[in-house]
Amino acid sequence: MEHLSGGEIVIRALKDAGVKHVWGYPGGAALHIYDAIYRQEDVEHLLVRHEQAAVHAADGFSRSTGEVGTALVTSGPGATNAITGIATAYMDSIPLVVISGQVPKIKIGQDAFQETDMVGVSRPIVKHSFLVTRAEDIAETIAKAYYIASTGRPGPVVVDIPKDVTDPSYKVPYEWPSSIKMRSYQPTNKGHRGQIKRAVKTLLSAKKPIIYSGGGVILDDASEQLTELAQRLNYPVTNTLMGLGAYPATDRQFIGMLGMHGTFEANTAMHESDVIFAVGARFDDRVTNDLDKFCPHATIIHIDVDPTSISKNITAHIPVVGTCTSVLNEMLSIIDESDSKPDAQAINDWWTKIDQWRADKGIYTASRYEPSGGDTIKPQDVIKALYKETQGDAFITSDVGQHQMFAAQYYLFDKPRRWINSGGLGTMGFGLPAAMGVQLAHPEAQVACVTGEGSIQMCIQELSTCSQYNLPVKIINLNNSALGMVRQWQDMNYSSRYSQSLYEDSLPDFVALAEAYGHVGIKVTRYEDLEEKMRECFAHKDRVVFMDICVDKSEHVYPMQIPGGSMGDLYLNKAEKS
Amino acid sequence: MKRIISILLENESGALSRVVGLFAQRGYNIDTLTVAPTDDDTLSRLTLTTQGDDQMAEQIVKQLHKLIDTIKVVDLTVGSHIERELMLVKIKASEPEVRAELKSSVEIFRGHVVDVTASTYTVQLTGDSDKLDAFIDAVREIGIMEVVRSGVSGISRGDKFLRV
Repeated sequence: MEHLSGGEIVIRALKDAGVKHVWGYPGGAALHIYDAIYRQEDVEHLLVRHEQAAVHAADGFSRSTGEVGTALVTSGPGATNAITGIATAYMDSIPLVVISGQVPKIKIGQDAFQETDMVGVSRPIVKHSFLVTRAEDIAETIAKAYYIASTGRPGPVVVDIPKDVTDPSYKVPYEWPSSIKMRSYQPTNKGHRGQIKRAVKTLLSAKKPIIYSGGGVILDDASEQLTELAQRLNYPVTNTLMGLGAYPATDRQFIGMLGMHGTFEANTAMHESDVIFAVGARFDDRVTNDLDKFCPHATIIHIDVDPTSISKNITAHIPVVGTCTSVLNEMLSIIDESDSKPDAQAINDWWTKIDQWRADKGIYTASRYEPSGGDTIKPQDVIKALYKETQGDAFITSDVGQHQMFAAQYYLFDKPRRWINSGGLGTMGFGLPAAMGVQLAHPEAQVACVTGEGSIQMCIQELSTCSQYNLPVKIINLNNSALGMVRQWQDMNYSSRYSQSLYEDSLPDFVALAEAYGHVGIKVTRYEDLEEKMRECFAHKDRVVFMDICVDKSEHVYPMQIPGGSMGDLYLNKAEKS
Repeated sequence: MKRIISILLENESGALSRVVGLFAQRGYNIDTLTVAPTDDDTLSRLTLTTQGDDQMAEQIVKQLHKLIDTIKVVDLTVGSHIERELMLVKIKASEPEVRAELKSSVEIFRGHVVDVTASTYTVQLTGDSDKLDAFIDAVREIGIMEVVRSGVSGISRGDKFLRV
């Protein structure tokens, strides 16, 4: 049997776990591991400029591929910098393994240099964590970490390794475990047959059904099954922010995103429905609005792999615990064998209503905002131009704020894993490093980061990483010279008192900044130039392009749910309510 | 209502902090908590009491079960069960009448005087929490110097058992 040091084992174990790329940043407690990286070629390490970005990049890699993302950081500040990234992944159930160096065991608890109790600090935001105390345990722990991260409801796993455990002078036999079994962790995959039958029966008897699908469908690669089921039944589909792309957005049966900035037709259909079929969604507060007023007529069927998601916010009448793929497959086969069919007349009537809502107040049947022109560029039109230029087939990452909502509304995702955003935690600074991860995984694909001048400055240092590894992402900066979503709330709730949301005079020259990093910068100030500049942007295939687009500063995101109301209670624009 | 939740947990470092952290993180209260290894020293048995309605209790049980180190979780209050708590109470007892009264109270509650000095009695009592509360009320006037309670341990009645 081969004998390796702890540091070597870490990297060998990553290789054996199928890892090809690690995002990270070296430091004292991790140096034995970094030396092992230097002495091999199987696992490529990508050096970021801040540990937060390492985790976001691993996260973007994971979201766009379905594989587990991997990050490596040192102890203390390296570990704490990674925390925002870990929390982001945790809230969106993204499988990651984050390896952190730790001070030597003998110094733990001594307030040693760069010491942080990483297992303690990260505890509330990880699926699980390990502190490895012996070199002999590294391989199995890493194997367990990947197993836990990627099974059940996925999530980030932290592996904290004290420096002495990776000591190059201490070699132990290396063995990669052939399989992992844990008596305390056995996630449920297959749903309860009886419950699934009840779910199908209820679904088929619905007169005003709606399929409400979330990020779980994408994480479990169940998009095909979902689409098949929806189309076989001719039922309307709405996706959550995390679920966009699970059902093709350009299909007739897709009625838009639901929730706080969801479409009128999706939110109203939810409110009026008699059966809600929730798949891999978690009735988040950004979806439900006031829980007491939530969908009063609906029987709720809820499929989720995580039992704690079921009946947490909204009581499910028919809960099914299992993976989306296996439960949907089973539902499809039960529907095949069943004699009962949906009530075609009722479903037609339901569609007539929905189509009317679409025609009257939908954002896809008519333009619901003032037109762009001259030096007024509407942010929505930027997203439409981006969609057109990329033929709707790019990977779009985003940061957090108005631009995120405009991208979610106006870039119509027809495929899963194309829309990559921080939905749960709402992490500004996510977009650029996530785009790096996506571009690394898909070198030939068009990858655009839709961002704002606020968010982009939270991880802008990664422009340097893009140069180092030739990751030609396109940055679409919707520059409205303000923290747009904050300002929108201040307009709506604080009589336009813009407390700390303005910084116009101190913004950098983004074109010059991009050029300083060796990239291409393009500024757009006039609407008539937008399309052409967008084309120019994507014509630079092998370059990072930073498009700084000056958009209308006064624009708000609509529709918007009225706080304290039902799902269907919406502001449609600055003057109108639903 | 009061809930007694029993958990079988991997006896590993950090496992207890995950349970306690979960309660803090999700806004649940822990009223009592006891934990010790079982006959199988790879396992810890943890009993905790909390307050909550059925829906909250169900969510707590599910959240606990979701912790990777947790092997089994049961809400004992759902079925018939036995609840026991141990209490040690140090009471001022210098006057002969007080000492006599205390001795009789201890007998009524089926407790034991486990330590005596010229001015104190230390009493040991086991039972459910209500009984221990009642004893405290009974001797409060006499002058309690110190109370130590172990927190509730529980086990279900009959054939049901919690084991790997």
